Amino acid sequence: MAEAILEVRDLVKHFPLTQGIIVKKQIGAVKAVDGVSFDLYRGETLGIVGESGCGKSTVAKLLMNLERATSGQVLYKGEDITRLSGKALKAVRRNIQMVFQDPYTSLNPRMTVGDIIGEPFEIHPEVAPKGDRRRKVQDLLDVVGLNPEYINRYPHQFSGGQRQRIGIARGLALNPEIIICDEPVSALDVSVQAQVINLMGRLQKEFDLSYMFIAHDLSIVRHISDRVGVMYLGKMVEIGDDEQIYEHPTHPYTQALLSAVPVPDPESREHRERIILTGDVPSPANPPSGCRFRTRCWKAQDKCATETPLLAIPERFKNVDSPAAHESACHFAEEKDVVGAA
Amino acid sequence: MTIMEKAGPEQTGATGTAPLLEVRDLHVEFHTRDGVAKAVNGVNYSVNAGETLAVLGESGSGKSVTAQAVMGILDMPPGRIPKGEIFFRGQDMLKMSAEERRKIRGQKIAMIFQDALSALNPVLSVGYQLGEMFRVHQGLSKKDAKAKAIELMDRVRIPAAKERVGDYPHQFSGGMRQRIMIAMAMALEPDLIIADEPTTALDVTVQAQVMELLAELQREMHMGLILITHDLGVVADVADKIAVMYAGRIVETAPVHEIYKAPAHPYTKGLLDSIPRLDQKGQELYAIKGLPPNLLRIPSGCAFNPRCPMAQDVCRTDVPPLAAVSDTRASACHFWKETLDG
Repeated sequence: MAEAILEVRDLVKHFPLTQGIIVKKQIGAVKAVDGVSFDLYRGETLGIVGESGCGKSTVAKLLMNLERATSGQVLYKGEDITRLSGKALKAVRRNIQMVFQDPYTSLNPRMTVGDIIGEPFEIHPEVAPKGDRRRKVQDLLDVVGLNPEYINRYPHQFSGGQRQRIGIARGLALNPEIIICDEPVSALDVSVQAQVINLMGRLQKEFDLSYMFIAHDLSIVRHISDRVGVMYLGKMVEIGDDEQIYEHPTHPYTQALLSAVPVPDPESREHRERIILTGDVPSPANPPSGCRFRTRCWKAQDKCATETPLLAIPERFKNVDSPAAHESACHFAEEKDVVGAA
Repeated sequence: MTIMEKAGPEQTGATGTAPLLEVRDLHVEFHTRDGVAKAVNGVNYSVNAGETLAVLGESGSGKSVTAQAVMGILDMPPGRIPKGEIFFRGQDMLKMSAEERRKIRGQKIAMIFQDALSALNPVLSVGYQLGEMFRVHQGLSKKDAKAKAIELMDRVRIPAAKERVGDYPHQFSGGMRQRIMIAMAMALEPDLIIADEPTTALDVTVQAQVMELLAELQREMHMGLILITHDLGVVADVADKIAVMYAGRIVETAPVHEIYKAPAHPYTKGLLDSIPRLDQKGQELYAIKGLPPNLLRIPSGCAFNPRCPMAQDVCRTDVPPLAAVSDTRASACHFWKETLDG
């Protein structure tokens, strides 16, 4: 667990907002990701949770260098991916693959399953020589629990869960070390979600994969993750192992998020204290000063508007042997009992 | 449900305890190029004033189609209702003229859709669309309708309603748009609201706000609510009773507290077991094997038999009736006793 395979340092992505058609003038920027740092260890699953617009998918794209970072570093085995291009980037991407959310739009409807899963070999021919590819694709189909005879079928002949398996097989084709999963099960039916989650768990053990698992379903993230990071409006607000985040959250946003999750137990509804946040997430084009959560936070004080809290172990929990002693970006971090996502 | 079946609406109508809405043996099919898709195959349910019925099911289970049939907004053709009755206050709506139904729709029964952005007209202001309810149904003037629209927006707690009444749907956030949908449904103070996945497109913290608002308005106006969802958590939070649907049939109905404690149908049990639980961390999730059936080729006997761990020969030949398990519960399983015990 100790070896960091991916180190993200102060990653920033601003999308420029422009005005004018011929002469484009930049009038601002959408601060989708604004200074995010974390490590991904070998063989672990890091869950990233947050609401839509918090920047979690942008982080995923930055890690793949599908988007160019505005600033900051993504170090893969000590090498900064954000500065790579051409051959060097291609080599790195072989080891970092992605599984997308929507199995309906992420597979080309005009390609057969064999072509889809085999396409990575076209780009990286060194992984599988030409004559060997068909057999490799069939092996991959078998690994993800699909019938290898389906190799000539088209995506529309498969259900959502099966398509997501095809997407996973494509992600596995090049024997990557890291797989970034962006909401891999949220488009699937409840009864099929568990199948795909189990498959991903099995593959992780078999191939020693590191997962970055982005999702908004907190209970699934807890099930699969070793560590969990919570994002809000382009910032990581809290990160820790699953028990620290789910049982001992110290950031008010994490507490509100956990308390808002409906618990599948009707007995809990009478005596559950829910934190209902007011208002909506502010626009990332014009985020609040200081702590970005302060506009919806019940603890906010003057200090929150002027000083941006850093993601670090809060002062009061330093040198304390407690699960509450984990990184949390809040001036007034403290524990609060919330009945969270089980 | 079984209680409702024993007493017809004519009898109960006399004693004044007729359910607000009662669906009896409803069948809906769609004639497609590939054959007849049997979307709803004999659904029975009822809702009383002030009560919340949750209809739980995966995509393709027929939960939305049933609601559309109740609302009278099915596309016919290709849809067809070969059989069934839908009583609203003791009157069979399927026997009414289009004109009579139109009077009920919106005034007596209103619907909230999942995707507010596509349910609202993008080229008309929300004030105009809200006011339309009053202009069309109550013949109010434009000015009065606008005042009513502002009142409604206030009621669903949209900040600065007076200033925002002229704004267009795209200028609102997802949560605010869903509030506008709720306002529109509430406009004429209907007796029954059908909410089809009202919070599926929303983030959890916003979902909590919207569900609370809906519950509050329901209490205030003593409405019946049919909540269509696939989220076991949301159901546990708000429902009084649950109807679980699979392949166009109700497989289990029960009061909310009982079903979570002891499901009486293997499908319900499978769904509940596949929720990640704390003590299962790191283990495989329970997964219902296989896939939901193709509605063009529903398996003979019990539609769930190919996926059921308890299936016997009788399940492949005989359709299990929705039989009473207790006074308030029913299950469509040949082996409900065994399911309930184990």
